[in-house]
Amino acid sequence: MNIFERFEKIDRRFIFLLVALAVLIPLVLKVTMKIPVSSPVVSAFNAVDTLPRGTNILISVDYDPASMPELQPMYKSFLYQCFEKGIKPVMIVQWPLGLPLSINTMQEVANQYNKDAKAEGKDTVVYGRDYVNIGYRPGGVALVVGIGKEIRDYFESDYEGTPLDSLPMMKDIHNYDNFALLVALEAGSMGDIYVQYANARFGLKIILGMTAVSAPDAYPYLQAHQIIGLLGGLQGAAEYETLMKRPAYATMGMTAQSWVHVLIVLFILIGNIGYFISRKKKRS
Amino acid sequence: MRREIPLAITFLTALIIIISFFIPHAPFGSMQDVSLKWYAIIAGFTMLLGVDSLIHMHYVKIKRKKEGWGYSLVLIIGFTLLVLSGTIAGIRFGSAFNLKSSFIYLYNYMILPLQSTMFALLSFFIASAAYRAFRARNLDATLLLITAVLVMLGRVPIGYQMWHSFPAVAEWIMAIPQMAAKRGIIIGIALGGIAVSLRIMLGIERSYLS
Repeated sequence: MNIFERFEKIDRRFIFLLVALAVLIPLVLKVTMKIPVSSPVVSAFNAVDTLPRGTNILISVDYDPASMPELQPMYKSFLYQCFEKGIKPVMIVQWPLGLPLSINTMQEVANQYNKDAKAEGKDTVVYGRDYVNIGYRPGGVALVVGIGKEIRDYFESDYEGTPLDSLPMMKDIHNYDNFALLVALEAGSMGDIYVQYANARFGLKIILGMTAVSAPDAYPYLQAHQIIGLLGGLQGAAEYETLMKRPAYATMGMTAQSWVHVLIVLFILIGNIGYFISRKKKRS
Repeated sequence: MRREIPLAITFLTALIIIISFFIPHAPFGSMQDVSLKWYAIIAGFTMLLGVDSLIHMHYVKIKRKKEGWGYSLVLIIGFTLLVLSGTIAGIRFGSAFNLKSSFIYLYNYMILPLQSTMFALLSFFIASAAYRAFRARNLDATLLLITAVLVMLGRVPIGYQMWHSFPAVAEWIMAIPQMAAKRGIIIGIALGGIAVSLRIMLGIERSYLS
């Protein structure tokens, strides 16, 4: 077996080792790269950034730990942007395993923002006044249609059991009419449901943040203006961090992802060289 | 009558939902509200059914000492631990989701790393599978291979460093040919969904009754 024939049969453990190194080295060295920003992400950023202070937005946290690396940085960026701009987010969760993630991150970002705000002499944010998490309820489509009429029909209290009417921010919020837009962070099919019901039926503007594997599904909605912005995978999250001028986890992760992609392309090339040489040899 | 009554219920319910979607006013609007709440409640109960089925399956596996019964034991212990910690946290803090609760501790230090690890392993298999599967065997495979390489490089910052137009090329592939194919698939699925729904409504498709 010559070297070109070996190219066609590389031991997969060798591939695994190189992938591990391509991921680990950039993350350990914290190397970052310049992130080019795409127009669907710019549209999403501008839609939130131009909202007047005091506007309510709905953030739907529909993912679990498996999709967390891609979607959590988006959630963090949107939350921080809301706090910075005086926009009031209401979090809702459609995946049971996503609820603890939505709570942990909400607290983490609020604490970080309050620390930064104190240092800069700005107003801090308070739960119930500036942001609320109404938690998880089962129902999917029924829930999306139902809260278009009255949130309290499905959520009498927030995630900790506090009645919604006792939270100052929620007093005037009843349905989609009270939200300027929805940011839906999706690892599954809830994004389709939001587009088909919350947008088509109730006219709610939507920004979708999706995992890289499901982002292609949203392009027809983007082209038809059924959504006003799209963040796809870790790259989308990194682009948003770039626009926020707060490079963090996603920006760092993109360097690792870059090297893995290059590695995969190299392996594809090597595999094909081996394939063509052995095919030529067989024919001759 | 054992078949006719369920078929009539299905037909009438579907009819009410369709009419109320287009005429959301009284009396259809309120009928839809009620049916949506029923749906949400039933969806909640399906979780209980799922839990019952899961526990029963693993209990039988342990009882009969089938291959891999040890994993089933871990599942039952894990399930019991989470239910107990959630209940205790609910009593102690008023909510299982209080950040100081043992339930959140178990979530943060067991569920989160386990699920993340499972998904992270995919990258290794994808790399290995891409190396083996992407061979330019014919024109279709070659087109797929070239598109995949362009999108892979166009969707990462290093692609931009290599050639500044890579992201624009990837975005064009996503927004034009990919989107056209995806739209065709979505329309096909929607038409299929309508056809199946009509078959169920009109009682042609009855497999759900058995």
